[in-house]
Amino acid sequence: MKIEARTEISKTMIYAAPVLAVVMTMIAGLGLFEIMGHNPFESLYTFFVAPVNTWDGVAELGVKGTPLILIAIGLSFGFRANVWNIGAEGQLTIGALAGSALALAFYDVESVFLLPGMIIVAALGGMAWAAIPAFLKTRYNANEILTSLMLTYIGLLVLSLLIHGPLKDPDGMNFPESRIFHDAAMLPILIEETRLHAGFLIMLAAVVSAWVILGRHIIGFQIRVIGMAPRAASYAGFDQKKMVWLVFLVAGALSGIAGICEIAGPLGQVVPVISPGYGFTAIIVAFVGRLHPVGIFFAGMLMALSYLGGENAQIELNMPNAVTGVFQGMLLFFLLACDVLIKYRLRFS
Amino acid sequence: MQPLLSLRKLRKEFPGCLANDAVDLDVLPGEIHALLGENGAGKSTLVKMIYGVLRPDDGEMVWNGQAVGIETPSAARSLGIGMVFQHFSLFEALTVLENISLGIPNELTGPGLSERIVEVSTSYGLPLDPQREVHSLSVGERQRIEIVRCLLQNPKLLIMDEPTSVLTPQEADKLFETLKRLSSEGVAILYISHRLEEIMDLCDKATILRLGRVVSDCDPSLESARSLAEMMMGSDLNLPEKRADNDPGPVRFKVRSLSTQPDDPFAVSLKNISFDLCDGEILGVAGLAGNGQVELMDLLSGEILCQQSDGIVMDNISVGAMRPGRRRDLGLGFVPEERLGHGAVPDMTLWENGFLSAMRSQDLMHKGFIKVAECVDFAEAVVTRFNVKTVGVDHNATSLSGGNLQKFIVGREIKQDPRVLIVLQPTWGVDAGSAAAIHQELLDLAAKGTAVLVISQDLDELFTVSDRIAVMCEGRLSEATPAAETTVEKIGLLMGGVGGADVIVERPAL
Repeated sequence: MKIEARTEISKTMIYAAPVLAVVMTMIAGLGLFEIMGHNPFESLYTFFVAPVNTWDGVAELGVKGTPLILIAIGLSFGFRANVWNIGAEGQLTIGALAGSALALAFYDVESVFLLPGMIIVAALGGMAWAAIPAFLKTRYNANEILTSLMLTYIGLLVLSLLIHGPLKDPDGMNFPESRIFHDAAMLPILIEETRLHAGFLIMLAAVVSAWVILGRHIIGFQIRVIGMAPRAASYAGFDQKKMVWLVFLVAGALSGIAGICEIAGPLGQVVPVISPGYGFTAIIVAFVGRLHPVGIFFAGMLMALSYLGGENAQIELNMPNAVTGVFQGMLLFFLLACDVLIKYRLRFS
Repeated sequence: MQPLLSLRKLRKEFPGCLANDAVDLDVLPGEIHALLGENGAGKSTLVKMIYGVLRPDDGEMVWNGQAVGIETPSAARSLGIGMVFQHFSLFEALTVLENISLGIPNELTGPGLSERIVEVSTSYGLPLDPQREVHSLSVGERQRIEIVRCLLQNPKLLIMDEPTSVLTPQEADKLFETLKRLSSEGVAILYISHRLEEIMDLCDKATILRLGRVVSDCDPSLESARSLAEMMMGSDLNLPEKRADNDPGPVRFKVRSLSTQPDDPFAVSLKNISFDLCDGEILGVAGLAGNGQVELMDLLSGEILCQQSDGIVMDNISVGAMRPGRRRDLGLGFVPEERLGHGAVPDMTLWENGFLSAMRSQDLMHKGFIKVAECVDFAEAVVTRFNVKTVGVDHNATSLSGGNLQKFIVGREIKQDPRVLIVLQPTWGVDAGSAAAIHQELLDLAAKGTAVLVISQDLDELFTVSDRIAVMCEGRLSEATPAAETTVEKIGLLMGGVGGADVIVERPAL
């Protein structure tokens, strides 16, 4: 058996592949449920439909989708320029800590400027954390995949350090949690009786801005040229180091904002685990969405559904939490497999 | 005489492009057979099918009277078909012997190979030292490795794809002697070249392809270069006319003592390069590929910044430390050697590729936002004025043939009215019609007062356009001499580095 490059790559298939991958994930899911001894169709319903057949469920989809999409938009800028920042989880954590520190420092202040301030400081925190791999890459040519990933674990330890120390609630019976934020430090709720918060609007703004910047702005043009033809970028006079900095800082800022939106949204306080791996799942979201802002929006919503479905399956069907990760992994696997077969054909001889 | 190889109604279709259609071709034993055609005429596709790299969709291949299906290059080699590609596949850090033993069937390797290499190479006038490492060899010597590798397998048909584009005139003459000798021994040669003069001298027969079909068979010795080119194009050829009077203006662009020390051990270091470029003149820089032209181009364009900012001076402004964008603002234009991936982004549309270098000079941005309508207008103006054949400017650069994309890139730079234009290999792999059009554009540009630097290894091209010619060899640039006062032979000797190592190796001392 041989793998041969196809002479022409079908444009339709490039966009059909994510849909195909979803369908194949569902089919493989049926088999998985069957093996686990559950009724496959009922399980699939519990996993993918039941979570969103109430308005409350739909709002939850927005809550989970917001951080995923925000981060994936930031990462997609880097991925398009061949900058492989996979440390969004750490950037999210440090951003969230920075914003929360501001909220806790001004715990008694009820100013309308507090929330915007928190968001800005969170963005700066995420940028600062992303600046480290950017510096190491541009200055020492250090591989950003390694540096950004390792910094994630440092970031999580910083969270652990602070939550057991300076950020701990003084009246909290020594639990590793911060004080619960006042309303002035919380994102407004968009729909009464749900948890859907204003972070959703920030996310929508990010999607639209990214769409415009990538398609029509010189920054997006530079990112695309660097990714597709680095030598053409240097011929055009684009400063590639500057762009490495830029894509890292954009990803850091959006990850930081995603982090503070979790704290000032559904969490309401700093807790030892801020994100259930949004920073990593967002990598899948970015690729399933074809690194296109609109695609990322839908991919993020799909991935949010897999979180909700996983939780629902745990509650209703007593399935292990790992089932969420298995579904996300299968989706990425099938997408990559489709991509290989779009670019190459198998020949049996 | 029974043909060695007969192709009958061969057809190959790629999505959106019929590369070969009903191609008939007969190659007799001992015949030197030229395959001619413009870029995209289907020559490469045809020889790739003969060599087993591609499979025909339809048609028949007959070898020595027997219908054969050539599935792989190794099947082609076992029939007795050898091919020397335009781009060599050699490991620089290995010796000649090691490279050859990697590229031939196992049963030919082993003890005695070294002696056989010396024997075959000297008897065909292609002397090679099996123990030399490839990185220390000239391009001509590297080509000999490829040829000797084929000859060791006793081929009956040798396919050569543009073999002389990398050779000095003297090296090319030696190659022709070898090819004639092989032909007298009964080896058939299928020869692809854009250089029509050498085809008239060398080849017994020529098959001309246009748009994937055979349009004519002829005896090239009875034709003129012009008539061959017109058969390829299917229309009249307008050869560029050089101005009789050339009265260059003041010095516009100065290069002083440029030297580099590259990190890459196989890159060429530039040694003390200086020249002046005047308004309205075309300065040609001759030299074989790999003698520092690419390194020089990178410094001139600003893709690599100079150590001393006053190493390059334009209009009394030191530009050595400026990036390409700022140099363009001063009126510099560049055409790099590689079309796809350097001069143009393959998967971007033509209008985006127009924007790539013209964004500032043509005012194609407003507060960082791309003015799409203006970009499309600019790209369409380039397409119209430079006669680029394309379906539309919203198609990707890859959809254009090499010659058309080159016309687009050169046109994009000229349309910006540069004060200084620096061009590397302007017609590399471009067909005669497009090449003539590009040469005419360069001459017209100089006539309007632009200073033009053309770096090329094609001496015919340099003598067609240049007012003065300098030669680059091993990172050094010679004094420029007026083109009228020198000859192809003199420049060719300088390109080979007269008295240098190459000449010593030529002697059959092995």
